[in-house]
Amino acid sequence: MTPVKKQRLILILLMVAGIATAVTFALKAFNENLMYFFSTSEVVAGKAPEQAKFRLGGMVVEGSIERPGDGLMVRFVLTDYSKEVTVEYTGILPDLFREGQGIVTNGRLNKEQVFIAEEVLAKHDENYMPPEVADSLKKVALQQTIGQ
Amino acid sequence: MSIVPAPLLRFYHRMASPPHFYSFTDKLLPWFVVIFVLLVVAGLYGGLYLAPTDYQQGDSYRIIYIHVPAAWMSLFIYVVMAISGAIGLIWRMKIADVVAISSAPIGASFTLIALVTGSLWGKPMWGTWWVWDARLTSELILLFLYLGVISLYGAIEDKRTASRAVSILALVGVVNIPIIHYSVEWWNTLHQGPTVAKMGKPSMHIDMLIPLLLMATAFKFYYAIAMMLAAKVELLSREQNSQWVKKIVEEKS
Repeated sequence: MTPVKKQRLILILLMVAGIATAVTFALKAFNENLMYFFSTSEVVAGKAPEQAKFRLGGMVVEGSIERPGDGLMVRFVLTDYSKEVTVEYTGILPDLFREGQGIVTNGRLNKEQVFIAEEVLAKHDENYMPPEVADSLKKVALQQTIGQ
Repeated sequence: MSIVPAPLLRFYHRMASPPHFYSFTDKLLPWFVVIFVLLVVAGLYGGLYLAPTDYQQGDSYRIIYIHVPAAWMSLFIYVVMAISGAIGLIWRMKIADVVAISSAPIGASFTLIALVTGSLWGKPMWGTWWVWDARLTSELILLFLYLGVISLYGAIEDKRTASRAVSILALVGVVNIPIIHYSVEWWNTLHQGPTVAKMGKPSMHIDMLIPLLLMATAFKFYYAIAMMLAAKVELLSREQNSQWVKKIVEEKS
């Protein structure tokens, strides 16, 4: 490599490294804002805004879905396997909404620390399998819990 | 002494010559078309017919066979574009410049396909067409980077200057690539985490995974075909005053 080409190569590498460092610092500074939702533990710890709207994400606790009225109102409990938050929502739920499923809701906390959701989005996980495999996985898990 | 083996160096120097590149792609193209057709037929048949339905999403998940390969290609093509841009900047290699700019519209199309198919899937599955989470936003920025590259190239009259400007823009934007890939791990996003491109075993049944990998390879070949076709046209227009182009025109007419 001639000295001129070497110089150009070094210049380009320096440029890319410089931009990467700048962007890393910028992303670190805006880390909080880039989080799409708060976890239930953060909400219980009081880190979420009291008055403003925010998003809350978590797993729907098994057996927690109830419909107290005749209408579309649904009440369920979200968890991150450490702290739990009760959510109330009136409206149509997405296809993937079910117990044990991760979801993201948008809304605000009321005085009783119940999250009043205006929007419910289902968060899909990264697992893809045929129904038979899912069934047999469930059976294995069940046998293991019985075995214990 | 060079660390690069001699035959590879020879290949590199021969590819750097426009007429050689032109005739080489001519020979390569029919083979690539055959391989692409075989792969895409196998991939689509496997993905849309043979693969089992998903335990949660039913048949809706099958959009993955377009969405995921297109999203992978949007990142892959950008990296190819940035690397060939860098080669063009350092070694002033014409072919590298041509490869870089010919890749941009193809990359932009794959990015758009990934965004649109994701949106179509998002409505029934998530319950929304679009959210401003880290993955979706960074992929949208990638589309704007591609469009920026295309329009910057079009805005500068002298194509050698244009290529230099475009290469620098492509290299600046390359920081976005790891951000897109790791966005689902670094931040809470609505978009799910990686299924295949991660450490350990893919979280996908093997009967679903094989058609996906077939489609991903088919898309790679499609990119090679489209890029070579575009590169040939670009090369002809750039070298229109040279002897070898005049010879080709005489032969064709």
